[in-house]
Order: sequence, then C-alpha cells, then structure tokens
Amino acid sequence: MTEALARAMPLQGVAGGLLIGVSSALMLLGLGRIAGVSGLIARAVGLARAASFDQVAVAFIIGLLTGAFVFSRLFGPVESNYPESTKALLLAGLLVGFGSRLASGCTSGHGICGVSRLSVRSIAATATFIVFGAITAALMRALGITQ
Amino acid sequence: MSRQVVIALCSGSMFGAGLAISGMADPSRVRGFLDLAGAFDPTLLFVMAGALLPMAIAWRFQRAMQCPCFSETFEIPAMRRPDKRLMIGAVIFGIGWGIAGLCPGPAIVGLALIPAKAAVFVAAMLLGMGLYRVVEPRL
Repeated sequence: MTEALARAMPLQGVAGGLLIGVSSALMLLGLGRIAGVSGLIARAVGLARAASFDQVAVAFIIGLLTGAFVFSRLFGPVESNYPESTKALLLAGLLVGFGSRLASGCTSGHGICGVSRLSVRSIAATATFIVFGAITAALMRALGITQ
Repeated sequence: MSRQVVIALCSGSMFGAGLAISGMADPSRVRGFLDLAGAFDPTLLFVMAGALLPMAIAWRFQRAMQCPCFSETFEIPAMRRPDKRLMIGAVIFGIGWGIAGLCPGPAIVGLALIPAKAAVFVAAMLLGMGLYRVVEPRL
C-alpha cells in the first residue's frame, strides 16, 4: 500500500482529468461532437462508414499529438514506459482497435463522455473493459507472462 | 482555417496535454491500476473523477441547447440498451487494454513522446480498426 501511495499522482491526475473533461465539453458544446478518440481516429483516417472527409476528426487528432508534444517540450520529458515485447504491443493494438470499433467507443467516448451522461450502454461498456483489463493483467501475472 | 477546425485543434491539444499531465500517457501506470496484485496505482481513478465533473456539467447545458455553439446539430448517439456487439467489443478492448495498458488516446499521444514503440501499437490498432471495417457489413 505504501508503494501505491508512493507512485500515485492524485493531484496531477485530477488536474489532467479536468483538462480532459473541459476538452471533451468543448467538443460537445462547441461542435456537437463526442470526444471519443477511437471514433475520431477511425474517421480521421477514413476507416469509418462516414463517406465525406472529416476535418474536425483530423484536427482533433493533430491537436492530441501537438498538445502532448508541446507539454513535453515546455515542462520536460513525460514518463512513458511501454511494454518490452513487440508481440505484446501488436496483439494489444489489434484487440484495442477492433474492440473499440465493435463497442462503438473506448475509454474516452464511453468512459468519460458516456458515463458522465449516465448512458447505460457506456456504463456497461466501461465496467466490462475495466473488469476484463484487470482479469487479463491477473492472468498474465498468474501465468508468468511478461509484457 | 474554419472555426470548427480551430476548436477541434484546441480541444485535441487540451486533451493531449491532459493525458501527459495526468500520467495517463504512461502505459505502465495504467497497467498499475489494472494489475490489482501488483503495486496498485489508483491515479486513473483521479483522472476519471477530474474528467467526469466538467462533462457532467456540459451534458446539463447540452440538454438546454438547441444546437452547438459553432455547428448546426448535435451528433450524439441515441440512448439505447447495451447489446451483444457492445459487450463483446468491450471484452475484446479490455483484454487488449490489459495486455499493454494502452488505449487509443494515450497511443496517439505516445507518437509524440516515444514514437518508435507507439508506432507499433498504433499500426496494429489501425489494422484492427480496418479489420472491423471489413467484417462490419457481415455482423
């Protein structure tokens, strides 16, 4: 538990979370759009059913990259520890891409936009991916699989 | 640039900075939340709480508005019941999220922070999205 307290960043977490929430509110009230990153990526690269060019989706994704890049330049390197295994990254990416599209959303669209709207679908999806994320991590630990 | 593009750029930038500030750009921290038997890291819960508050307020405003400030219509999903697709999709997504601790937002942000590793994940993620696009008509 002390280890957890040592690593947890409650203040930065809430501050960053508030910024994410305000960003999502700007998309909703400004443009009438859901700030769901999986859907916006699919639309930005033309992997969604919508036929026409989605400039809002492209701009949001460019902003996402820019915001993190500028922050890391201004305030120093942002810690980002990725799994060692390329196979793990590939498998995880494939599942995250397919699953988020099948579920019509991910951590942002369901977890933030949908849950705050008290959408039953989003609450069900969020609870499900947290539980299955935890089961997967527990199984990997039990079977001695490292990332 | 249209006003809509500027707003989307601003929103995306704030989102990206928010992920960087909150520690959510670090998949090992997300995994520290999901891996309950390890050194549990509750930071993700604080991020969720911080993000839900402004959005809960935004939905209250949304209900009272005829249209968005800079667009003609609200493009928001209808409130429906959960179905098989949603639940199976969430299970598949959850397994992928549990393996690497990465979801779409932090993965894109990763392209700016740790490009070589993030590109592998993003390429596979786009492949997964493409695969869905192919099988979608048959589902």
